[in-house]
Amino acid sequence: MPQNYIPIFIFLAVVGILIPLTLLAAKLVRPENPSRTKLMPYECGIDPVDNARGRYTVRYYIVAILFVVFDVETIFLFPWAVRYKALGVFGLVEMLVFLLILIVGYIWIWKKGALEWV
Amino acid sequence: MPDFLTAYLQSNVTPGEAGSAFWALIYVLIVFAGISVAVMAMNWLERKALAHFQIRLGPMRVGPHGLLQPIADAIKLLTKEDIVPSAADKFVFWLAPLIILCASFTTYIVVPFGRAHAITDLNIGILFMLGVSSLSVLGVVMAGWASNSHYPLLGALRSSAQMVSYEIAMGLAVVSAVLMTSLNPSGTGTLSMIGIVQAQEAQQTWFVFKFFPLGFIALGVFAIAMVAETNRAPFDLPEAESELTAGFHTEYSGLRWSLFMLGEYAAMIAVSSIAVTLWLGGWLRPFPHWLAGQSWDLVFSLFPGLLFLGLAAIAFVGVGRMPKHPYFKIQTAGLAGFGAVLGLIGVVLFIPPVRDRVQDIFWFIAKVAVFMYLYIWYRATFPRYRFDQLMKVGWKVLLPVALGVLLLTAVAGILF
Repeated sequence: MPQNYIPIFIFLAVVGILIPLTLLAAKLVRPENPSRTKLMPYECGIDPVDNARGRYTVRYYIVAILFVVFDVETIFLFPWAVRYKALGVFGLVEMLVFLLILIVGYIWIWKKGALEWV
Repeated sequence: MPDFLTAYLQSNVTPGEAGSAFWALIYVLIVFAGISVAVMAMNWLERKALAHFQIRLGPMRVGPHGLLQPIADAIKLLTKEDIVPSAADKFVFWLAPLIILCASFTTYIVVPFGRAHAITDLNIGILFMLGVSSLSVLGVVMAGWASNSHYPLLGALRSSAQMVSYEIAMGLAVVSAVLMTSLNPSGTGTLSMIGIVQAQEAQQTWFVFKFFPLGFIALGVFAIAMVAETNRAPFDLPEAESELTAGFHTEYSGLRWSLFMLGEYAAMIAVSSIAVTLWLGGWLRPFPHWLAGQSWDLVFSLFPGLLFLGLAAIAFVGVGRMPKHPYFKIQTAGLAGFGAVLGLIGVVLFIPPVRDRVQDIFWFIAKVAVFMYLYIWYRATFPRYRFDQLMKVGWKVLLPVALGVLLLTAVAGILF
């Protein structure tokens, strides 16, 4: 049903017209008098200490990597779920094997402490 | 009425299916306007309901009972100075709110407000919706990074970690609902949003009641994950004002800030409509099989009109209770006019062709409205989580529960 995808492009065209119009309208009505202190990064009234783009905790990277693994797993489950009844017991066992491998990995990262946030 | 209008109105297909660019454009514009109005109404309702939870009155000054407050806010935000910090990455700073806004609005392409009331019916509907709505993480990270300030960066990191963590539980819950759609003689399910609702119609049950309590738990997992996905209380860590000022949009002001808010509320409505479509029967009216038959159909089709007449009655009670001081003359007249408009809409909804055309949309929106009220209720009731508790709930509770529900549903589907 390729014609079902046409409205997406119509939608994008509407977005492409409406949002610039709104931004333009706002540009016409709003005041514009910047000053040096006004343009400083917000830090509760004191001068910013240093550049914000420093290093941050490695936990965030771990969460991102785990997310990729489990999200890809979920995507793999979708085709099976759609054909689930047709594939029957065969499909279920196949999926159980696939999930078992992931669950072993999940238990391992749990034991390793990758899910702890302290 | 021109022929092509009546011909289309009598056909029972979505604009996408009909291949009609004109009707698709009309639907897109209606959805845009509808979502904007819904966000404004939600804004008023949230402030009003929260105020009453805390035994305050909430907005009362702009218009009767503060009804025009969202419009006043919109005008204020539009005329506010737009500050771009000197240290910011200008282009990314400019792009971030647009990405969030587009991501949350694009999901509405596949939301089925009724059998014929979706902009289009993609055969990968639910995947499209999950995929597009998770693009808003990108906007959050871009906003935090481009601001080049400590609070937005921390807020964006927290927000992205939280959103990706809860997305997994959300996806697994969705898979268990998709799996239920394949429990039919042909053995093949569907990912199309309209198809999912039709599967519930064919199986004569909402998926929330299927294999009780499995469907219910899946909905519960989704309902928790969707609050975390949209960064709302009690999972509003990225916007924890006591520690991070406003999180990733601290540096934004004026119109750009309002784009963030618009995107957030639109995303709330979008995920609520996923939950309604997958588990609560989408546009199907309550008890389609238990209370079946012509007369029950008629009774249920009167609900939309009655609701609007009821709202009009409440408005007129409000008119009667307005202070009699001359200062309140305009407000009283305004409230009476508002009530009259609501009553007029109610009467129009009783006309048979309109009634039949509109009741799908009414039931869908009524179910979504329940979720929207729950969002406000959570915010008034639950204290904010600590970040390590939040990650623990996502990874150590919701993920195993969602996996377990999925496996049990699969086994139940083979056995029964």
